[in-house]
Amino acid sequence: MSTTQTVAPDSPSSAVKTTTCYMCACRCGIKVTLRGGEVRYIEGNPEHPLNQGVICAKGASGIMKQYSPARLTQPLRRKAGANRGDAEFEVISWDEALRTIEERLAHLRATDPKKFALFTGRDQMQALTGLFAGQFGTPNYAAHGGFCSVNMAAGMIYTIGGSFWEFGGPDLDRAKLFVMIGTAEDHHSNPLKIAISKFKRSGGKFISINPVRTGYSAIADEWIPIRPGTDGALLLALNAEIVREKLYDEAFLAEYTNGGYLVNDDPNSPQYGLVVANGVTPADNPHRNHSQLWWDAGIEAAVSNHAPGCKPALFGHYTLPDGTPVRPAFALLAERLEPYTPEWAAEITGIPAARIRALAREMGEIARDHKITLPLAWTDSWGRKHDSVTGNPVAFHAMRGLAAHSNGFQTIRALSILMSLLGTIDRPGGFRHKAPYPRGTPPVFARNPVTPDAVKPNTPLAGAPLGFPASPDELFVDDAGNPMRIDKAFSWEYPLAVHGMMHNVIANAWRGDPYKIDTLFIFMANMAWNSSMNTSETRRMLNDKDPDNEGGEYKIPFIIVCDAFESEMTAFADLILPDTTYLERHDVMSMLDRPISEFDGPVDAVRVPILPPKGECRPFQEVIVELASRLKLPAFTNPDGTRKFRDYPDFVVNFQTAPNSGQGYLTGWRGENGDSPMIGIPNPKQWDMYAKNNCVHQHHLPPEITYMRNWNQGYHDWATNVKLRRYGDPIMIQLYAEVLQRFRLAARGHGKRQPPAHLKDRIEKFFDPLPFYYEPLEVSATDKEKYPLAAITQRPMAMYHSWDSQNAWLRQIHTHNYLFLNTKTAQAAGIADGGWLWVESMHGRVRCMARYSEAVEPGTVWTWNAIGKSRGAWHLAEDANESRRGFLLNHLISDELPAGEGRRMSNADPLTGQAGWYDVRVRVYPAGAEEPEESFPQFEAMKPLPGTTKLQRLWQAFAAGEHK
Amino acid sequence: MTQLALVIDLNVCVGCHACVTSCKEWNTSGVAGSLSDANPYGKDPSGTFFNRVQTFEVGEFPNTQTVHFPKSCLHCEDPPCVPVCPTGASYKREADGLVLVDYDKCIGCKYCAWACPYGARELDENQKVMKKCTLCVDRINDTSLADEQRKPACVLACPTNARLYGDINDPESIVSKAIRENGGYQLMPEWETKPANHYLPRRSASAIDNELSRKVEQQRTNPLKPTGAPAKP
Amino acid sequence: MNPAFSVIFLTTLIGAGQGLFLALFAAESSWLGTAPATGAALYVRGDAIALTLLIAGLIASFFHLGHPERAWRAVAMWRTSWLSREVIVLPVFMAMVALHGVCHFSGNVSCVAITGLAAAILCLALFYITAMNYVCIKFLQEWATPLTIVNYTLLGCASGFTLATALAAALEPALAPALARWALNLTLAAAATRIASLLRNARLKPKSSLQSAIGMQNPRIVQKSQGFMGGSFNTREYFHGKTRQLVQSVKWGFLLLAFAIPAWLLATGASGQYAALAFVIQYIGLVAERWFFFAQARHPQNLYYQAAS
Repeated sequence: MSTTQTVAPDSPSSAVKTTTCYMCACRCGIKVTLRGGEVRYIEGNPEHPLNQGVICAKGASGIMKQYSPARLTQPLRRKAGANRGDAEFEVISWDEALRTIEERLAHLRATDPKKFALFTGRDQMQALTGLFAGQFGTPNYAAHGGFCSVNMAAGMIYTIGGSFWEFGGPDLDRAKLFVMIGTAEDHHSNPLKIAISKFKRSGGKFISINPVRTGYSAIADEWIPIRPGTDGALLLALNAEIVREKLYDEAFLAEYTNGGYLVNDDPNSPQYGLVVANGVTPADNPHRNHSQLWWDAGIEAAVSNHAPGCKPALFGHYTLPDGTPVRPAFALLAERLEPYTPEWAAEITGIPAARIRALAREMGEIARDHKITLPLAWTDSWGRKHDSVTGNPVAFHAMRGLAAHSNGFQTIRALSILMSLLGTIDRPGGFRHKAPYPRGTPPVFARNPVTPDAVKPNTPLAGAPLGFPASPDELFVDDAGNPMRIDKAFSWEYPLAVHGMMHNVIANAWRGDPYKIDTLFIFMANMAWNSSMNTSETRRMLNDKDPDNEGGEYKIPFIIVCDAFESEMTAFADLILPDTTYLERHDVMSMLDRPISEFDGPVDAVRVPILPPKGECRPFQEVIVELASRLKLPAFTNPDGTRKFRDYPDFVVNFQTAPNSGQGYLTGWRGENGDSPMIGIPNPKQWDMYAKNNCVHQHHLPPEITYMRNWNQGYHDWATNVKLRRYGDPIMIQLYAEVLQRFRLAARGHGKRQPPAHLKDRIEKFFDPLPFYYEPLEVSATDKEKYPLAAITQRPMAMYHSWDSQNAWLRQIHTHNYLFLNTKTAQAAGIADGGWLWVESMHGRVRCMARYSEAVEPGTVWTWNAIGKSRGAWHLAEDANESRRGFLLNHLISDELPAGEGRRMSNADPLTGQAGWYDVRVRVYPAGAEEPEESFPQFEAMKPLPGTTKLQRLWQAFAAGEHK
Repeated sequence: MTQLALVIDLNVCVGCHACVTSCKEWNTSGVAGSLSDANPYGKDPSGTFFNRVQTFEVGEFPNTQTVHFPKSCLHCEDPPCVPVCPTGASYKREADGLVLVDYDKCIGCKYCAWACPYGARELDENQKVMKKCTLCVDRINDTSLADEQRKPACVLACPTNARLYGDINDPESIVSKAIRENGGYQLMPEWETKPANHYLPRRSASAIDNELSRKVEQQRTNPLKPTGAPAKP
Repeated sequence: MNPAFSVIFLTTLIGAGQGLFLALFAAESSWLGTAPATGAALYVRGDAIALTLLIAGLIASFFHLGHPERAWRAVAMWRTSWLSREVIVLPVFMAMVALHGVCHFSGNVSCVAITGLAAAILCLALFYITAMNYVCIKFLQEWATPLTIVNYTLLGCASGFTLATALAAALEPALAPALARWALNLTLAAAATRIASLLRNARLKPKSSLQSAIGMQNPRIVQKSQGFMGGSFNTREYFHGKTRQLVQSVKWGFLLLAFAIPAWLLATGASGQYAALAFVIQYIGLVAERWFFFAQARHPQNLYYQAAS
C-alpha cells in the first residue's frame, strides 16, 4: 500500500449520484461520489429537506457497509442433515430458491393461507409487504413495530390523531421550552439534532427527563433523572398540577378536544361511560358521529357540540331531558387527576415533589405567557373563520423510554393529554403533524379482518392485515373470543396491537398456539439475537424438532430469511435470500406507508441503485413482486392471468390503490407529464424525475393549512382531495378515550362481543378511558427486594441496533459494551470500575463488565443496545470483542410474564402488545476472581456462510478506485 | 495572516460521532489516505482516525453533566510538534496556518507526536507515517468545489452545527465572533501552544424571561462553569 | 510513556561509547593524574569499541523509525530540531572517533591531539543534544530539567569509564586504578544527580489536568469514553501498561544495578574481571534506568485516553 494517494480525489473518473441513506431509519438525502466504480464518499445532500446536508456517523460509514465481508451474496439452503443454528448451508440458484418458495406458498394459499407468516424487521416497505400478505390472504403479517414503539404510535394516534417521528414532532423553530422524555437517540435522528441545536442557539430551554444522561440529554439545560417505567406517574402529576393551577388552555380544550363532550354517567346504563350523541352514525363512516353534546351553561341545556355562540361547560354534573345523568369529559379527567399529587409522584418517580410542581408551572406559564400569534387566516371544521393561529411554545418529544413499558400506552395517553391541556397540538411552538397525519382517533384507512371467515383459500383479505380497532367488533377473534392471528394481535389479550406482535410469533408458532403454521418468512430482523426477548430459549425454539413429524421436521417447519448480512438469524434459516444494500436498490419512502414529510407538507423519497448488486444479491422487493406474480396474486396479475408488473420499479410507477384512483406509492411527478403532484395517472418517467430531483419530492402547502390540521377545513378539503384522508371530519382530541370504554363495557357484559372470562378483569382494569398509572406488569411480578434495579438499554448514535458490528469503522467506536451503574450503586455491591460482574434477573443472568457513571440514577443500570454479538456472527472473528466481552441484555428479559393462573401472557402492554423491554428488574454482584474474563452466556461459534468474503486481513485501508 | 481553525461548540455537541467517520471516509480516499485499520473484523480493532469524540462526566449525581468532547489537531499557532521534526515533514503552512505532514518526508520517528500535548497525532501503524487532521486540505483548497463545499468534511457532516470553521485572525469571521461572544477557550493554555481550534462552553438558556425558570436555574448547582470561573467546592 | 527499546539502546549504547571515548581522551591528555598510556593498543581498541557501541546505538535507532530508508532526511531541520542535530552530530562524532583511532594507530601525535579534541567537543555536544531531545518537550515535566542533561552526561561517562577501566586492566594496567577511581566518582556523581532527579520528579505537580484538558473547572471530571475501544496509537505509545509495583522495582533495580553494585565493584579493586563485571551490571542497570526514565514520564495526552466504554 502506497502511503500517498495516486488518484486525485475528484478525478474525471468520479461521478456523483443522489439517493437516500439507509444506515438507519432516519432516511436522509445523500450524495454518493464514485471513483473507479467504487464508493469514494457519501455526504449529506444539502438540497434535501430532511437533513439539509448533514450526515451522521452511520451515514458517513456507508462505504464499510457496502464492502463488508459479512455480506451475503448467494441464495443458500440448509444442508440436508444439518441442524438449524449450525449454519451449514449450500449455494443454490435463485431459480431453485424461488421455485421452492413458490411451490410451498402456492400450496399454503390453496389450503390454509394463514399457515404462511410474513414478518419484517427494520424495513420501511410495509405498503408493499402488507399488500403482499393481504393479497396472499394471510392475516399473519406485521413489521417490527410491536416490539419497537407501537405504544408511542397508538397512544398518540388514539388521542391526538398523530404521533412522533415521521408523523409529527416538536416545532423547535418556535418553541421556548422543550421537554424530552424517554429519548436518548432517536429514529428522527439528524432532523432532531439539527432542530435541538437551533433551538438551543436561539436560547430555548431544554429539559430532559430520563434515567440516564446520554445523547441529546447531554446538552439539556436540565436533566431530571427518573426511575424507569414511572413516567406515567410524573405525567399524571404534571397534568394534575396544570389542572389544579388552572394553567390549561381553556379555550383550546373547549373547542378542540372532547373535554366538553357529555359522558353518560349512569353506571347501570349499557351506554355508561360513552359520550352522548344525538345524531345518527353515518353509514359510510361507522367511527364518526359528530353529534356529541355540550352543556351550554347559559341556557342550562345540552346542545350540539360547537353550537354557535356556545361555550361548553367543562365541569359539573348535569341531567339530560331523558333523565340520563351526564358529566363533561373534562370533569371526569379532572376528577381522575386529583389524587395524582406531586408528593404521590415523587415517591414513585424519585423526582422531588417541588421539582414536579415547578416543572408543571414552568410548562404552564411558558405556554400561557409566551403565546405566539401567526397572521394566518383559516377556517375551522365548523365553518368559523379565524384570522390568526395561536401557539403555546412548549414542545415535547418522547420515544421508546415511555413506549417500551407494559404501562406505556396509558403513559403516552397521559403525555398526549398534557400536550393537549397546554394547547400545543398542531400549533406553532408545540407539536405539529406531518402528512399523511393527522388521521382519525383512531384512523380508518386500514381495516384488519374481524372474523375467522376472512381467511379463505386463494382469496385476498378484504382489508389489510393490520388496522386500528375502535371497538370489540373490530377485534380479530373467533366466536369463542380466541385469537385468530399467530401473534394474537387484535385479540382480547392485546386488542390494540396495531403494529402486530412480531415478538410473539416464534414462541406461538413453536407451541402451535393458537395454531401451527408452516412457513415463517423473516425479512431483516434478527430474531435469533437482539430482536427477541429470552434469546437463548428463542434459539432453542427455532431449532426444536416436532416428534410427531416423521423425518425430523421442525416445530416451525420452514423458515425463510432474507437479509443482506450474516446475522445471527441467518443461521436458523432453511433458506437464505441475499438482499442488496441500500446503494444497490430501488426503494420508496411512500406516502402510503411511512414517508418523510415535513410540518409544512408531504415529502416522500426514493432510493435508486448507485451500484450494481454484489454477487447474486437481489432486492427483497423484487423477490416479493416476483413471488406475487408467480402466485398470481390479483393485484399483481392482469385479468388475462399474465404478470402485471415487470419488476419493482414498474410496480411502484404503475400500481394504483384502486383502479384509476390516481393514488400510488409515490406522490411526486404523477400525471402523464409529471406535472401532477400527489394524485395523477402513472408517469412512466417518475423514477427519472425523482433521480433528477435529489430522489425526494416535497409538496409545500399554503401556510394557512399547515396548522390546526385536526380541525382545519382547508386542510381537510385538500387532504381528502389528494386521498390522504377518506373523510374530512374534524379530529377531536380524545382527552377521554371513548374507544377504551367500549372494550370496558364489553368486559362488563355489554355488546355482542365480550372477552373470555379469564380476560374480563384485565380488560376492565387497563381499558380505562382516563389515563392512570400502574406499575409495569413484569415489575409487579418481581420480588423487588431481591431484584431492586431496573435494567435498560440506550441506543448509541453511532450504531443502528445490531447492524453495524460488521462495519469496520463503526465497530471501533462500540466494540463491546459495559454495564453502566451509578458509582454508589456499584460500590455498595462491591463492583469495581471496569471489573466483571453478574447481572441477574428472575429469568437469567449475564456476566459483563462494569463502568461507573454519575449520569445514571442509582436505581437503574444500563448498557448500549445490541453491541454484544453471538460468536462468529456478522462475520466477525471468533475472538472479536463483541462476542467475548460484549453482552446482550435480552438474556435477562422474558418474552412472557410470570405465569398467573396458568395462562401465558406476553411481557407486553395489555392494550397494544408493545414489548416491555424496559420492565426487567435485576440484581448485580461481582464476578468471582476465578471466573473467566469473558461475557456470559457464550454460544457455539457461527461458521462463515458460503458467499461471504473469506479474507480476514490484519490490515485494511480503503481507498476508492484503487481496488481495480 | 490567516489562521484557519475549528471552533467546537460543546453547548450543542450531542456526541454522535458524525465528525469521526465523515473524516475517516473523506480522508481514507483523499490526499491524506488511505487510513489503515488493524484487525478490522477481529479482536481489538484499531485504526487511524484524525478525529475522536470522547465522553466525560462532570460533577456528581444528580448534578452531572455528560460532556461530549470532539478532539482533533488544534492547528496551534505555536505548534510544538513542528520544530522537533528532523526532516521538515511536519510543517505549519504560512498561507493559512495549517499544521500538515508531508508523508513522503516522514521517517516515522514519532517525535512530533511526543511533542504534542494533546495526542492529536496518530501514527498510521501500517504505513508507518505520522498522520493528523489536515482540515481536509484537499477540500478547502479545491477550487472546483462550490464555496459552501470547501469546508472540512466534519464541518459539513455535523448535524448540530457544533463545528464552526473559519479564520480566527479575521475578527469578522464566524469563528472569531463565536469565540468572542460565547467565551471561546483553548485547551491546556498552560503550554502556550496557542491552539487555533477553540471550544465554546456550555451556556444556559436565555430566551425565556420567566421568573420560575430563573429560580429553578439558580437552585441547581451548575457543574459546568467554564475555565476562568472556578467552581466553589 | 511506553518505553521504546530502540531508543533505550540508542541512548545507553552511545552514552557508553561516548563515555569510553572521553575516558580515552582523558587518559591520553594525562588528566587522570597518572602518566598517559605507553602504547597505542588501548586507544586503538578503545576507539574501536567506542565506535562499535556508537554503531550499535545507531542501528538500534533505526528500529525506532517507520521508514529507516528515509533516515537521511533527518539532517534537514538542524536549525530547529534537536533530533536533527543529533542525527548530524552522531555520525560526525563517530567519524572523528574512527579518525582518532586511526591517528593513534598511525602514531601521528598532532593528528591524535586534533581529532581527540574535536571528538571530545563533539562528544560533549552529543550528550547535550541527546538530552535536549527530551528536555525540550516542556510538558513532559519529568524530562524538562537541566538534570536530564547532567544525568545523560554522567550516566554515559560512568558506564564509559567503567568500560575503560576494564579495557585498561587488560591493555594498560597502569592506568586502571586511576580510571577505576574516575569511574567510581562518576558513578557516584551520576547516582547523586539521578537521585536528585528522582526526588524532583516525585514532587512534581502536573501542570495539566482534566480541567485544563477539556477547559472545565469542576473538581470532579471523569472520562467515560476515549472515543474508541480497541486501542490506538495514543493508547499504545504513551501507556506502558505496567503495574506500579513493577515500575517501582525497576527503579530500585536500576539504583542497585547502575550505581550501588558497580560502585562497590569499582571500589573493591581495579581488577579487569571486576571492572568488566561492573560494566555489564551497570549497563543492564542503565537500560533499566532508561526504561524507567520513559515510563515515569507522564504525557499530558494521557489525560484524554483514560477509559473505554
